[in-house]
Amino acid sequence: MSLGFLITSLEQGLIYGIMAIGVYITFRVLDFADLTVDGSITLGAAVSSKMIIMGYNPFLTLIFATIAGGISGSFTGFLNTKLKIAPLLSGILTMTSLFSINLRIMGRPNIPLLSDDTIFDIFNVPFSLSASSELILILIVVLLVLITLILFLKTKLGFALRATGDNPAMVRSMAINTKSIKMIGLIIANSFVALSGALICQYQGFADISMGIGTIIAGLASVIIGEVIFGSEKLYFVIPGIIGGSILYRGSISFALMSGFAASDLKLLTALIVIVFLSTPKIKSAVGGKFNVKAN
Amino acid sequence: MLKLINVSKTFNQNTVNETKALKGIDLKVQNNDFITIVGGNGAGKSTLLNSIAGVFGLSKGKIILSSNDITDMPEYKRAKFIGRVFQDPLMGTSPDMTIEENLSLALNKNSKLTLKWALNNKKRKIIKQNLSEIDLGLENRLDTKVKLLSGGQRQALTLLMATIIEPELLLLDEHTAALDPATAIKIKDLTQQIISNHNITTLMITHDMKDALKFGNRMLMMNHGDIIIDINGKTKEKMTIDHLLKIFQKKNKQGFYNDRSILSLA
Repeated sequence: MSLGFLITSLEQGLIYGIMAIGVYITFRVLDFADLTVDGSITLGAAVSSKMIIMGYNPFLTLIFATIAGGISGSFTGFLNTKLKIAPLLSGILTMTSLFSINLRIMGRPNIPLLSDDTIFDIFNVPFSLSASSELILILIVVLLVLITLILFLKTKLGFALRATGDNPAMVRSMAINTKSIKMIGLIIANSFVALSGALICQYQGFADISMGIGTIIAGLASVIIGEVIFGSEKLYFVIPGIIGGSILYRGSISFALMSGFAASDLKLLTALIVIVFLSTPKIKSAVGGKFNVKAN
Repeated sequence: MLKLINVSKTFNQNTVNETKALKGIDLKVQNNDFITIVGGNGAGKSTLLNSIAGVFGLSKGKIILSSNDITDMPEYKRAKFIGRVFQDPLMGTSPDMTIEENLSLALNKNSKLTLKWALNNKKRKIIKQNLSEIDLGLENRLDTKVKLLSGGQRQALTLLMATIIEPELLLLDEHTAALDPATAIKIKDLTQQIISNHNITTLMITHDMKDALKFGNRMLMMNHGDIIIDINGKTKEKMTIDHLLKIFQKKNKQGFYNDRSILSLA
């Protein structure tokens, strides 16, 4: 295993980790199975890449991509809270609509950024660590995201968000409108996902209309691995833990590729990883239950 | 003061399952009234409380609280003046949040949801002080997740959350029914203590006739969506369970053959 392989997994894991945190906000904090993600990650990439080839500052494009993601989240929120469409279907409807919207934004299915400057071309650490300046930039962005989110979750609004996923009836009895809270949660989550998408396209040097497919599963895999390995009790450990989960997930994917799997097998592998992690407690308790019967 | 004017609620209107849960209730609740409500299953007790809390809209009638018409106000807005405790101890708290985090939500009930810290030392002090008043040792477990508490502790916490910002009206829906007898007594005493310390106007549903007579200054008995007995003051103090049942039999023209089966005398 080469150092380059490790660094690539680390960098990818960190960038996709921002997306996984978005998935964590909807699935775990808000208890809302939001499938917008597959579309909003591409939306982030579409906005960022299009703006870059139009000549905008690549850092500025990150902000616009994030805002676009927030808008897509608010659309899912609108479908669910105002039009009373079930969470799963609301997400799928937004995701499907986003496919066309993303194509409109990009104008073609693929935008290469090889001849344009990305944040990774602009940013250079002044001291002689030029090889790792990419990693440092990614670390800065991820740290900013982590700190913002952890601080946010300690505010009044953050508490309301956490409680809404836990017990909406109680939140209403505390004079809080749970619909607005859901909306805010979806906006924040999809902002993160789109930011992640924008970073991905600049990191890999292209945006592609189909890059979002299966994102939700990768995000869930990262969340689950993070929770299993880093624990799910203390909120302020869980969130960095998810980044850790994302890095481990990317690492295992790269490992699978190196050990001979084709790139086209990745989605299946990802699904298998999620199935294994999700079913482990069930299998454990089923086997444990059998033993208990014997012991009696 | 709470005023209910001709309040009616019909579920599944114009279907075969049509149920008239409330049939034109008129009720005036004075400030500082502590009213107990009894009645058999399906009498409309919970529907009455849910109507006041705004869980669903009314079919007919008006609800006035402190001279504001709240009939069409959504549930979460009414919650600013109405505190609630439910029968299920799981309903009133957020299990994955800690004791202090839960109480901070209650403390922030009347302030805007902003990006200010939900907890600070000042709030922690208020929370600690309130918790030590209920004397369950919870003031030393501020960082404990609520899911680790017993049903009784959770119900005590819910009661505190409903009253830490003094509500204009407190609605208790059989809030001790799911607890074991010893814990239930503790929570009832705590309820009495909080209500009399703060003079909170309260409506309390109970299945227990003894409790209905023991607590409060006024008692309502409901049957088939109507209030059939409304006694207060001296009349209530002198009332006995047997006498109450006799009145119930007389007033209940549809004639139950076994009232004791619907009204728990435990």
